[in-house]
Amino acid sequence: MPGAAAALRHELIGLAGVVERNIYLVKRYIWWDVAFFIWTVANTLTIVFIAKGIEAGGGKIDVNEVTTILLVGAVVWAYLGIIFEILTETVAWERWEGTIEYTFMAPLSRPIHLFGMGLFAIVYGVIRAIMLFAVVALFFHLELAHANFAAALIVLVVASISFIGIGMMTAVLPLISPEKGTQLGFVAQGVLLVVSGVYYPVSVLPEWMQWLAKISPATYALDGIRDAIINGAGISAMWPDIWPLILIGIVSVPLGLEVFRRGERYAKRHGKLKRSG
Amino acid sequence: MPAVKVQNLRKEFRRSDGRRSGLRRKRERVDALRGISFEIARGECVAILGQNGSGKSTLVRLLSTLLLLDGGSATIFGHDISDTRAVRRLVNRVSVEASFFKKMSSTENLSYAARFYGLTASQTRDEIPRILERVGFPAARRNEAMEDLSRGMQQKVALARALLTQPILLLLDEPTTGLDPRSKLEVQDFIREIRSTHDATILLCTHDLDEAEALADRIGILDDGRLLCLEPVDQLKRRYGAEKLEEAFFAATGKSFEDEKREEDEK
Repeated sequence: MPGAAAALRHELIGLAGVVERNIYLVKRYIWWDVAFFIWTVANTLTIVFIAKGIEAGGGKIDVNEVTTILLVGAVVWAYLGIIFEILTETVAWERWEGTIEYTFMAPLSRPIHLFGMGLFAIVYGVIRAIMLFAVVALFFHLELAHANFAAALIVLVVASISFIGIGMMTAVLPLISPEKGTQLGFVAQGVLLVVSGVYYPVSVLPEWMQWLAKISPATYALDGIRDAIINGAGISAMWPDIWPLILIGIVSVPLGLEVFRRGERYAKRHGKLKRSG
Repeated sequence: MPAVKVQNLRKEFRRSDGRRSGLRRKRERVDALRGISFEIARGECVAILGQNGSGKSTLVRLLSTLLLLDGGSATIFGHDISDTRAVRRLVNRVSVEASFFKKMSSTENLSYAARFYGLTASQTRDEIPRILERVGFPAARRNEAMEDLSRGMQQKVALARALLTQPILLLLDEPTTGLDPRSKLEVQDFIREIRSTHDATILLCTHDLDEAEALADRIGILDDGRLLCLEPVDQLKRRYGAEKLEEAFFAATGKSFEDEKREEDEK
């Protein structure tokens, strides 16, 4: 087999190994996943019931629309949380289990290693997001006859590329700072979602936060998915949301890889690439 | 071509001593390796003896591409260790901690790790049970979580993980520390078997003098980041006029492992 083809085959087998490892972990921690899913459903319900609460308090709103807006916000929040958790926590988790040295000395290129984690995060996150949406929607008898779920899913997957790029940048934090890395990952995730209009229009934010919203992929993901589910918009109608996502993805993935490469070099220079805990 | 060639290898770390200067923590430079040089021939087993903090693990981690060197050079079968892709295909290691995902089984841990080295599911389906059997791991426990296994059992799985990828350089960093005597002997027997059946070169870092004497062709003494000697055990004893390896170690370093144990107990 020619060298390049053999190298590619080797990398793809390694990528499958990253996905396989995460499947084993989900299987072994399945009751944690069940508990976390129930918690996410409960958390989402407390947010989505706000629409009914406003109506009950005499507010004049389109309950179906506001409920759907809140539901999409909560589901995307949960989805982003899963992506960041898998990318960031995996490094922290490997450090804690002590496997980090074995993973980082394996002949698997770092981009493939990170793409493997990203691929698993997207598949797992999409399954969880669909389940969450379906379960919570059952509580509200939502009018979703015009919803274009396929277009919403496409927007979510396109947005995921940007999320993975940003996730790679936050995944480097536990690599270079064993004590503070994971916490900083949560901070990055929180900032991203506050400015992206999860439960409110971006226009209500202070001007400087609106500027941050323009470079947050979550802003365009939320806009596009809401448009697809509430108005039944197709891909062409959502192009104004999709092209910024593609652009942010083109920038954030190489940037994320470079940030991670530099972080790994720092960790190797200072002896931080080792077990902790 | 030597299996391992290390020339004037240096590594330093900066460690906080707990004191602060303004908002910044004061850091002091610690030399982990102070310019060591040696070669290991293909198929040879070399043991490096040293107390905790002597630089043994730093050496293993440098050769595993987990650290960047600060000076000198190191090659593995002619590949500079900065050529990580080439080196990583040739090397595997077993360290003092077994280091596995504890909830996952031995088979699951070996399976995903093998993929990182390019082994497909069809290749590992038969190979993992075979290699686990070879290290004396009971077939009935292959699907048990690692956390339910004894340290000795976990270390056997660690050996199996290293061998599964067929490394031609095996780095053993205190592989039997903390094991009960029976498990220790089993692991040592297996290391002997690897030497007789594989074309493997072994670098064994340990502070177990008997283990080093029993397994290695040559023994080196590493003290405070300096390699004081590296030669066959008889020659080493003669050099220091010692009858036992322990006496030679004391003569070379002025320290004994008993001192280290006492210091640790006092802490």
